[in-house]
Order: sequence, then C-alpha cells, then structure tokens
Amino acid sequence: MLASLTGRSGPASPGALSLASVRAVAVPKTLGLETEYGIVHRGAPEPNPISASSLLINAYLIATHQAPEPGRSAVGWDFTDETPGNDARGGAGAGALAPEIETHLVNAVLTNGARYYVDHAHPELSTPECADARSAVVYDRAAELIAARSMEAARMLLPPSEEIVVYKNNSDGKGNSYGCHENYLVSRAVPFSRIVTHATAHFVTRQIFCGAGKMGSETSGMRLDEAGYQISQRADFIEEEVGLETTLKRPIVNTRDEPHADAAKYRRLHVIVGDANMSQVATFLKVGTTALVMALTEDDAVPRELRFAAPVAALRQVSRDLSLREPLELVDGSTITALGAQWELLAAARAYVETRGADAVGGEVAKEVLSRWEAVLGGLERDPTEVAAQIDWVAKLRLLEGFRSRHGLDSQDARLRALDIQYHDLRPAKSLAARAGLETLVDEAEAELAMTEPPPDTRAFFRGRCLQRFAAEVVAANWDSIVFDVGEGSLRRVSMTEPTRGTVAHVGKMFDECGSAIELLRRLGAAGA
Amino acid sequence: MAEREQIRRPAPASREQSVEEAPPASERGSDIKAQLDDLLDEIDEVLETNAEDFVKSYIQKGGE
Repeated sequence: MLASLTGRSGPASPGALSLASVRAVAVPKTLGLETEYGIVHRGAPEPNPISASSLLINAYLIATHQAPEPGRSAVGWDFTDETPGNDARGGAGAGALAPEIETHLVNAVLTNGARYYVDHAHPELSTPECADARSAVVYDRAAELIAARSMEAARMLLPPSEEIVVYKNNSDGKGNSYGCHENYLVSRAVPFSRIVTHATAHFVTRQIFCGAGKMGSETSGMRLDEAGYQISQRADFIEEEVGLETTLKRPIVNTRDEPHADAAKYRRLHVIVGDANMSQVATFLKVGTTALVMALTEDDAVPRELRFAAPVAALRQVSRDLSLREPLELVDGSTITALGAQWELLAAARAYVETRGADAVGGEVAKEVLSRWEAVLGGLERDPTEVAAQIDWVAKLRLLEGFRSRHGLDSQDARLRALDIQYHDLRPAKSLAARAGLETLVDEAEAELAMTEPPPDTRAFFRGRCLQRFAAEVVAANWDSIVFDVGEGSLRRVSMTEPTRGTVAHVGKMFDECGSAIELLRRLGAAGA
Repeated sequence: MAEREQIRRPAPASREQSVEEAPPASERGSDIKAQLDDLLDEIDEVLETNAEDFVKSYIQKGGE
C-alpha cells in the first residue's frame, strides 16, 4: 500500500489574507454535488428506468471512448471502504436501515474525476471534489452537458421511435422524490450537535434563494392542488429533523458518517434537503453559503443559535410562503422570518471572513458569494421579480404566470404542469430553463472542458489524470483510493485520504514525467508519506 | 445588464444613485414585458404538445 497522497497538506499560503487576526480552525471546504436525474424512456413498449439509465450511461461511455476495450472490464467503482450506514451520532446504523449498495449496475469513473452511475432507478452523476463554489458550478454545468451528450448518444442506439430524456428536478409531482445531494468537508473536532443547530437554521431558510419551485403539494393528507405554487421541490418530502435515512423519513440534517477521507480528521456533511438548480447563481449560492455556514460552525462564529420551535413545519412553511414575510417561531418564543434568518447568517459570514479570512472557503470566491448573497436577499426583500434571472423558483413562477395569463388557463391546467416539468428538461432544444433568461457564471467552453478534465485543485486531479493516462492499468477507483494492476501479481492500491492532496501543484509534474503506470507507482512509493 | 449591476450592490449610497439613473418605471416595465413575450413565444413553440399525457406519464421511482 502506498501512502503518498495521505500526508499532511503543506502550510497555508502566507500573506494573502494577513489582516486575519484570529486563526481559523475550519478545514478547507472541499465540496461536491451528487444529482439523481429524472428519466423517461419515450416510445418504449415496456419502459424500465433502470435499463434506460444503464443504456444512457453506457451510450455516453462508448461515444466518449471511456468504455472498456474488448476483453477488458470497465474501470469500476471500488466499494471496499463504503460505509453509508455509519451514523454521525455514533455507532454503525442498524443493518436494516442502511442504504443498499447496488454493486451490479453501471458504475463508471470519468476522466474528469466524476462518478456516473445508476442509483436505484435513476442516472446519477457525482461531481469530482471541488475546492470552491465556483468550481462546483463548473462541474455541475459539465454534468448537465454530460447528460445532454448521453441522450444524444442513446438516440443513436435506439430505434427512431424511441428517446431517453433526462430531467434535472427532484419530484415527479406524484409523491416520488429523488435527490440532489451536497457534500462538505468538515473538521471531525466539531461537536455534531453544533453542526445540526446551524445547518438546520440555514437549511430551513436558504430555500428562498435555492428553491427550484414546484406546482402543487405532495405532502400526505394534502390535496395535490392545495399548495398552489411553492418555493421548494423537496420540502414536502422532509419529515424528520435529524436522521440517517435518505429514501424515507428524510431528515433536514442527514447523519451519514462516511467521510471518504481521513476519518480521524474529517467529517463529510452529506446534505439531502436541497433542490437541484437550473440557475448557476442558485447553485453557486446554495454551495457557497453552506460552505460558509459550515466554516462559521467549525469556528463557533455564529453569534446566536437560531433554533426553530418546529424545524420541519418551519421548512414547509417557508416553502409555501411566497410573500417571504411569515414569522417562524423560535424555541425562545420570539419569531424571525426566513429573510431575517438569512440576513443574520450573512452578517455573521461577513464578519467571519473579515476577521479570520476566507482561506477555508475558497478565498476570493467566498467574497463573491457574500456580495451575491447580499444582492439576492435585497432583491427578494424588495420584489422577488428583481431576481428572476438568478433564482429558479422566481424564474419558473414568472413563466407560469405569463403563460397562464397569455392563454387564459385554469390554475390546474396540464400545460402549466408540463411547463413545470419541462423547465428542468436537459435537452438544449427543449429546456425551458435555458430560455428563461437566467444569468450564467461560467462560459460554456469552460464547462465543456470540465466534461473530461478534472479540477486542478483537489485530489480529483489525481483520479482524473490516472483515468486519462493509465485507464488500462486502473482496475477500480473510488473517492479515496485507486487500485492498479500493473502486471506484478498483486494489485496496488493508492490511498488518497487527504482531499486537498493530489492536485496539479502536487503531482502535475509527476504525471508529465511518467510514461507508464508502473513508473508513476514507483515515483509515488519513493515520495513516501 | 445595468439593472443587474444595480441589484448586485444594494449599499445605501449607491442605491439612491441607481434610482436616479434607472429609466422611468413605465419604460422599464414595457421592456420586461417585451422580454417575457419573447420567452412565451418560445415556450409556445417547444412545450410538449400533448401536455395531459406528458404530465400523466411523468412517473419516477423514489431515489437516493
């Protein structure tokens, strides 16, 4: 076993933020998104979402020459260290509740360091590890382009009467939900209860700018049309405050304790409460503000605890309150609005960056998060239509209202529901989000490059380069290791338990100088831990 | 995108200025309306033709 990517990171870069007067303890917020897409197989006599998802992904792998050559097996996912049943509150979860790992389905590692696979009955793409919110937007957009390319590739394999279509939403409007999860690296030293407190305050209220919008309600005991339009796709499906589950009784704060990194140093906060966003600004803010709130939590820099009297009810209330003015009750009997809570968190984040610096949260990117956070809250407060180019639920509502009044439709007209779904269609020719006038943060050329190139500044660089250069020798890979077969009898595993190691700065030159996997392994072994 | 620039920094000082510089509300309103009309024209073109069937058949399995 080689350990050269497991060692300590180098010293923090000096100078850049020398105004920082207090040393931050927050660890670098390595982060990523995992999105399950809705899938429809049109024209199929007996559509099956699992086989459609497999076909979609395999079509992409073949079209982009990432499929295995004849006689070789694919670079598979290595499940050796997966423990999704572990609970952050302590102990391994009860076996019956632990998520099942489906090892027999398509499960590919891409050259950009992402994982593209079939999860349950959906195609899912996990971005590579990113160092900041902007990078997350680049790789989230790259994932959309990969999905679009996959649909094109699948069309070539299907009869002309059939088509596989992918949607980036979180609900079918009939009570079935699928997730867009976020992941943030957090220090193991922080008490989990403190994470729960501040994460809950943020998750209950951040929907006002990262909700994707939805017609109707899918809460049991409520008629589908009762809610009219709501801010979040997911709020109806959140039933608990804290828990291990992801498929039923979904919690606001998920306790899956599977860091995919050095478990003595790190946690991975696995967030399941959010919506998938079509707006790049919304994705940027969703990830950027949450990374900041986690850094504040690690450094215990939130001035007061915003504890809601009934967090799950408050989450749903916020989702249904398009006025953004309803008071939410706190445990001390006082009240606060979602906007009020967000202004408070923003003020705390601003003070944090001023006193402790932004090193842990992406440097300059964190400053852009702060200014956009402020701008969006200001717009929402004055008149939400001001942020129709940034915020999905506002953009979609504008289209729904415009379309309804143009055609004089009843509020439950099927065309409005079709518009709601088609907003999230990832086919460029059909996507309504692509026509909604949304502001973009990254140009398409950068996102296209990110379909195949890994981010330079996390361990995903090492994974991606190994796949680009030495795919024939890579037997399997996962988040924190890569297994090689270089024909020496036993397999060689490279461990990568430090997410900030294995960057271009760290191993870029080594890749340039190594002509073979065996040489790379020799160099890594010599470098030692 | 001057409008967006103004939204981005709602600092009190620049806010007053931006109110002065902004075009009259009626003019801006008709701009936004024309933009929305264009969007709605496009939606008319690309929206699924049989909305009822499309919505009914959009059924997913629960995930995660």
